[in-house]
Amino acid sequence: MADMTCIICPVGCSLTALKDENGVIKVTGNACPRGAKYAEAELTNPVRTLTDIVKLTNRDVMLSVKSNAPIPKSLLLEAAAILSTVNAAAPVKTGDVIVKDILGTGADIVATKDVD
Amino acid sequence: MERSDIMTTNESCVTAPVTKKVDVVIIGGGPAGMAAAVSAYKSGVTDILILERDERLGGILNQCIHQGFGLHKFKEELTGPEYAGRYIKEVLELGIPFKTGAMVTDVTADRIVTYKSEDEGEVSIVAGAVILAMGARERSRGQLNIPGTRPQGVYTAGTAQRYVNVKGYMPGRRIVILGSGDIGLIMARRMTLEGAKVMAVCELMPYSGGLARNIAQCLNDFDIPLLLSHTVTDIHGKKRITGVTISAVDGNRNPIPGTEQYIECDTLLLSCGLLPENELSKKAGVALSPVTGGAIVNDRRETSVPGIFSCGNVLHIHDLVDYVSDEGELCGIFASEFVKDNRGTNRPSEAVSSEAVKSDEASSEAVTSEAVKSEAVTYEEASSGAIAVVPEGIVRYSVPMTITQTARDVKIFFRVSRSASDVTVTAASGNEVLCSVRKKRVAPGEMENITIKADRLKTAAGEIRLFITEKEVS
Ligand SMILES: Cc1cc2nc3c(=O)[nH]c(=O)nc-3n(C[C@H](O)[C@H](O)[C@H](O)COP(=O)(O)OP(=O)(O)OC[C@H]3O[C@@H](n4cnc5c(N)ncnc54)[C@H](O)[C@@H]3O)c2cc1C
Ligand code: SF4
Repeated sequence: MADMTCIICPVGCSLTALKDENGVIKVTGNACPRGAKYAEAELTNPVRTLTDIVKLTNRDVMLSVKSNAPIPKSLLLEAAAILSTVNAAAPVKTGDVIVKDILGTGADIVATKDVD
Repeated sequence: MERSDIMTTNESCVTAPVTKKVDVVIIGGGPAGMAAAVSAYKSGVTDILILERDERLGGILNQCIHQGFGLHKFKEELTGPEYAGRYIKEVLELGIPFKTGAMVTDVTADRIVTYKSEDEGEVSIVAGAVILAMGARERSRGQLNIPGTRPQGVYTAGTAQRYVNVKGYMPGRRIVILGSGDIGLIMARRMTLEGAKVMAVCELMPYSGGLARNIAQCLNDFDIPLLLSHTVTDIHGKKRITGVTISAVDGNRNPIPGTEQYIECDTLLLSCGLLPENELSKKAGVALSPVTGGAIVNDRRETSVPGIFSCGNVLHIHDLVDYVSDEGELCGIFASEFVKDNRGTNRPSEAVSSEAVKSDEASSEAVTSEAVKSEAVTYEEASSGAIAVVPEGIVRYSVPMTITQTARDVKIFFRVSRSASDVTVTAASGNEVLCSVRKKRVAPGEMENITIKADRLKTAAGEIRLFITEKEVS
């Protein structure tokens, strides 16, 4: 059994996930189906979207970026460490790929703002 | 145009010569200001100017690189810069004029807006309507009462957020955070991802002011301890902070002797909440609420000064940017109505009403409870025939504070002073219930709202009371 807070939306439901003898996960406390999906993922393969920054070599502001799909929670720190060594250059548009397939997760690191 | 005149008027309080007229002037280019601009434009007033002191539009969202914005408005979870980007794009596509690097220094009750910029010097504009959208600033250490020396390395969480996320500069490596509001929680994760060690987040209260999801994904994900009912009682270090002493506090928030713990750190972040930024509003004589720290407004988001409107964090602190945008949109609609009604074309001297002058007196002493009453009176005079919304019991405040029409539905936003479960929120006038909704839970950290339908609003006789009844414990 596991108790957790659903992080999918600001409501933050308190969830309880129970695994029965057949390995089927039963979730309670969720106000919507997304909570059940979240709890199942937390027990099997917890994932998070990474948001971070990378350096722009030709501007004095940083470029904000995110992973365009959630990556395994256990890889967050490693992925962030890689991004602290990555450089990009303006102009950049929202959605431009900065790092492809970060740590083999299948997720790309993309820009989240426009810098002309 | 006497350009030389403008250029030579520096630093003085004397208003620069008025050089132009603009229908709607918006102060602040954050989400509130941009939404107001777009909606004023779509309501048919295109002579608009957004004044923003920063280098770019977007406001606080530029530094909020995390996700969690736009679930209501765009039905997807965006980062702060992405959410801002949607509005910046719209402002650009519509060709709405804006000026960045323009610091507004004065607003008068007759709607003369003065700003300074590097290229133009000091400029004054006569505005048909003014929208205040200046956002909020953080409570600083002075308001926190921490004794001890004042070494370097103590920052507000928002300042640190700007350093790290915009400038790429790390304030330190071993961090203690005081205050568990959302900004503090978000920064705990940010600093960790940047390779720093967050030793602890201390919270004076027995509960966190932040969202449960942020405690889960910002602290628990990285095993950062949250110490409830704890505060920082001493700061160590001469030039640079070397550590802090933290202590547990009792039910009255007093440190308990014998519970002191020393934590070595090079940075202390303070996350103690936001305050609406109303210095300019005061100059214009706008009456402020001592509860919200923002203007007293009617359902059109018009302040006690006719033609001056307010929206976003400068009006009251929001947790969801989606509601900030909604409020900006309302402001834009009503400001443009004000302009179209020709009320906004008054010559400046005629626009100064006696009400506005009176409200100036009231707001200058907006801390005493007497002042609250005199503000309310002043406000009722200013918008004659308005229905007052009166918060009762655990309802701490409502926005709007008065309602001026019964033709449209009115959404009332409010906050409570303590948490409660299984509640009914009711708006009633006399014995007439105008609207009643059940809520599973209300909490001080979350802004709530209820909508009174126009046909119910018409039945209101006198003031509308807003109150919460809790389920009887049997
Ligand atoms: C750290 C943090 C995290 C948040 N997280 C979330 C979240 O996860 N989800 C969510 O929905 N919401 C979140 N919010 C809330 C939301 O971002 C804010 O409520 C919203 O940005 C407020 O918008 P605003 O336009 O009122 O103010 P701001 O964004 O502060 O904009 C005000 C603008 O006015 C300008 N200005 C001020 N004074 C002057 C002047 N004199 N002259 C010219 N310009 C001036 C400022 O430079 C600024 O650009 C968060 C807020 C913060 C601070
Ligand atoms: S279960 Fe649904 S409503 Fe509850 S927090 Fe998760 S996503 Fe939000």
